[in-house]
Amino acid sequence: MAEMAQKHANVPLEYSTKQNQLNILGFWIFLGAEFALFATLFATYLVLVPRTAGGPGPEELYELKTVLIETFLLLTSSFTCGLAVYEMRRGKKTGMIGWLIVTILLGAGFLYFEIEEFILYAVHEGATMQTSAFLSSFFTLVGTHGIHVTIGIFWIIFIILQVLKRGLNADTARKVFISSLYWHFLDVIWIFLFTLVYLTGMVS
Amino acid sequence: MAQTQNEKGFPWKHVFGFLLSIVLTLMAVWIAFSSGLPAKTIIALIVILAFCQAFIQLVLFMHMNEGANGSWQATMIYYGIYIAIVIVAGSIWVMTFGHQHHH
Repeated sequence: MAEMAQKHANVPLEYSTKQNQLNILGFWIFLGAEFALFATLFATYLVLVPRTAGGPGPEELYELKTVLIETFLLLTSSFTCGLAVYEMRRGKKTGMIGWLIVTILLGAGFLYFEIEEFILYAVHEGATMQTSAFLSSFFTLVGTHGIHVTIGIFWIIFIILQVLKRGLNADTARKVFISSLYWHFLDVIWIFLFTLVYLTGMVS
Repeated sequence: MAQTQNEKGFPWKHVFGFLLSIVLTLMAVWIAFSSGLPAKTIIALIVILAFCQAFIQLVLFMHMNEGANGSWQATMIYYGIYIAIVIVAGSIWVMTFGHQHHH
């Protein structure tokens, strides 16, 4: 009995109820489906990338500097999001909120550079969604990821507000943990955008 | 739920994962722009690096194997990755190489 209680004392809040465990499992199933969603967009892009219809191609548009800035902003935000969950598991609410705020700011920085990149393409280089099959699939793929980041930012903001109002309990801890899974997942997708869209586009 | 625990001390795992991710990213950039390898080799190598980095996120940051349902979570993701590879590689194979054959 005593041993069980001790085991339980060491279980993180987000895993402390059966319902929470099921919710977290459910979110992993959702992430599996998201893999399939992004796979279809990646497949479309990679098939259509040579179809530039006389418009600008990847090697004329992509710039390593912008892409690297975006990559490091999102990678660092994923790291700070991990630190937020780490602080939560140490029972440090303030530390957790602090790292979540840093995560949101880095995510917003990423979005700023991405929107600037899109405006540069569309307004200054005449590369819009209507220009070619390559650009339609490019904006759909990268834009879908960008929308996910935007949703993630608002989601985490609302969760921070809820933690401030209700404190850290089994429910709010689960919400922080699940939103952190979502945020890390966005970086997983970005790794493949960075590699399969940008690096590959600049090489060939 | 053997592996799930509250945390103590310094987040070494996260710092290690972060540094490794930076190294892998820079390695991919170096291979792409400075290695002088043929394009196909470059693409194969950077895709391998991307998968390594994805696993760092999944295991070190997302704690994929943790919790009472850890093995289920991992199974779900491996299945997702399997579907993703089939869709992406299959589409490229059918649309690119199949298309060329007709000309």
